[in-house]
Amino acid sequence: MDLQTLTYLAIGLSFALYIGIAIFSRASSTGDFYVAGKHVHPVANGMATAADWMSAASFISMAGLIGFLGYEGGVYLMGWTGGYVLLAMLLAPYLRKFGKFTVPEFIGDRYYSQLARIVAVICLIFISFTYVAGQMRGVGIVFSRFMEVPIETGLYMGMGVVFIYAVLGGMKGVTYTQVAQYCVLIFAYTVPAVFIAINVTGVALPQIALGSEVVDGSGYLLEKLDKTLVDLGFGAYTSPFNDKSMIDVCAITLALMVGTAGLPHVIVRFFTVPRVRDARISAGWALLFITLLYTTAPAVGALSRLNLIETVNGPEGTGTAYAVMPDWFKTWENSGLLAWYDHNDDGKVQYAAGKAFSGDGKPVFAGEQRGEHRERVTSNPGQGDMIANAPFANELYVDRDIMVLANPEIAGLPNWVIALIAAGGIAAALSTAAGLLLVISSSISHDLLKSTFTPNISEKQELMAGRLAAGTAITIAGYLGLHPPAFVAQVVAFAFGLAASSLFPVILMGIFYKRMNKWGAISGMLTGLTFTLGYIIYFKGVFVEPFAANVPENWWLGISPEGAGVIGMVLNFSVAMIVARNTAPPPAHIQKLVDDIRIPKST
Amino acid sequence: MDTRNTEYWRANIRLVTGCLLVWFIVSFGCGILLVDFFNQFQIGGYKLGFWFAQQGSIFTFLILIFFYAIRMNALDRRYGVSED
Repeated sequence: MDLQTLTYLAIGLSFALYIGIAIFSRASSTGDFYVAGKHVHPVANGMATAADWMSAASFISMAGLIGFLGYEGGVYLMGWTGGYVLLAMLLAPYLRKFGKFTVPEFIGDRYYSQLARIVAVICLIFISFTYVAGQMRGVGIVFSRFMEVPIETGLYMGMGVVFIYAVLGGMKGVTYTQVAQYCVLIFAYTVPAVFIAINVTGVALPQIALGSEVVDGSGYLLEKLDKTLVDLGFGAYTSPFNDKSMIDVCAITLALMVGTAGLPHVIVRFFTVPRVRDARISAGWALLFITLLYTTAPAVGALSRLNLIETVNGPEGTGTAYAVMPDWFKTWENSGLLAWYDHNDDGKVQYAAGKAFSGDGKPVFAGEQRGEHRERVTSNPGQGDMIANAPFANELYVDRDIMVLANPEIAGLPNWVIALIAAGGIAAALSTAAGLLLVISSSISHDLLKSTFTPNISEKQELMAGRLAAGTAITIAGYLGLHPPAFVAQVVAFAFGLAASSLFPVILMGIFYKRMNKWGAISGMLTGLTFTLGYIIYFKGVFVEPFAANVPENWWLGISPEGAGVIGMVLNFSVAMIVARNTAPPPAHIQKLVDDIRIPKST
Repeated sequence: MDTRNTEYWRANIRLVTGCLLVWFIVSFGCGILLVDFFNQFQIGGYKLGFWFAQQGSIFTFLILIFFYAIRMNALDRRYGVSED
């Protein structure tokens, strides 16, 4: 069967599975809709959490990012897994004991304040929509590349499926669909990784293959990659701090860890298990399922980087003529995620350190115009300067997002593996999108309507409001996917920075610091939020031009905007402590609430 | 809060502090701050510091959470605050 048919088959079957699950797990109460009736088994919840957490970014972008960053890719690996330790030990069991439906609900109740609740809802909505926009872009990329349908058609199909299971089933439907999506995505991720690991090293386990020798007898894989990169003018793959300073690596890692623990759609998954002890162990299961992908990704990154260099520069290391480049090169060029400019006019593609294109290094295509070798014409070639120690000028632009998707083609794997990757990428994006849309809708129907503005509505009306809010959120998310605002890429850092600097500290202090009161929490949240927003806008510019160049010389303490959440978090803690110590302590019933959530046994 | 619950809470804090110390040492310690030192050693083709940053710290996190969950269940029972 050809690739097109196989891809349709893989995606069609997975969609049928998700819809089937939705029909079997309809929500009949608000408890079902918000927290799946608290009946989810800890292992199933672990799987659902893994799918909820691993987004299009984890599936599609992370391995490519690691492949291009080398050692520094570790910030994502450690940052996005280390957060689960914080979640398991500092938040999940206590929030489960609290036993209600949403994150803003905890903040509103613990700090006996509608203002705190509303600030938390605003943080939550901002974080979640930022994230959803990224998922929808992921769905668009996969659909347009593999099904060769316009991005719009693909998006509508994705939205339709999410609509069916999120609106019908609420958390209950989302949970069991996520379990299925986890199975699809982990299978799709590991199968090609194992194939490629065997091809290159003869070892099947990617985690071991990365530390093994290559089959052609030229020594250890990582040493070979180090040498290959140095010869092309790059820094060695495994040597630390080529692109980021030590303090920045620390700050980004910590910001991602704390941000992960503070993401509402992840926290809320731990509300769905029956007991406190299930919440603890469930975080372990979640991390186990995440580890399967996260320890495979570094191998995929390194292998795909090596594969790319060898394919492009050829066995002689002098480049390959454009005319004989394999098909994948041209398909990705058509999608605009890859470009070539022949700086030295030899008709061959050469890849080395340095930017092939001017400006931010991304190619600007001159429509569909073709050049003398039939390559796509670009209007912003760079100077074609050689980087010190490089044998030639770099002529190639490769978007990091294509590495996972193109890897099976680059390695020449069979078509069904490529079809699998497409289904996996879509599963990763849809599962995360559904989880996010659900926390958005429950914060609107539960925290804004039921708890704040219209406390008199019945459960049935609240459930209807939840479904309507979910439907609306999906429509907005779809719109963001169709018309991605130019700042989507810039605001991804926001989600983690905001979670780290606003939600995480106030939840933590709500559990571990009984003296913390509403004034401390509100001022802390606002300080953390304002600082982090300000820092990112100052250097990255959202809606406005950046105020200063985003370079290490300008950063405060050498910390990049990606790591700014850490400073925001420290400010949040400090301001909250100072304010709380100078204002009245929380009332007795709140102190009793804190005592109560610290003990698993119900009193 | 009665004394028994206070003792339970103290034991909990001690356990969490210990776990977070390990959490910090493997990631920020071995993987970042002391990465150059650990990179002198090698396991297979991996430089040790690089291995901690891209593999080892993740495995340690995983063991830590299961260890914590099991120890907490034991604490729950010892202090009579278990859910069942």
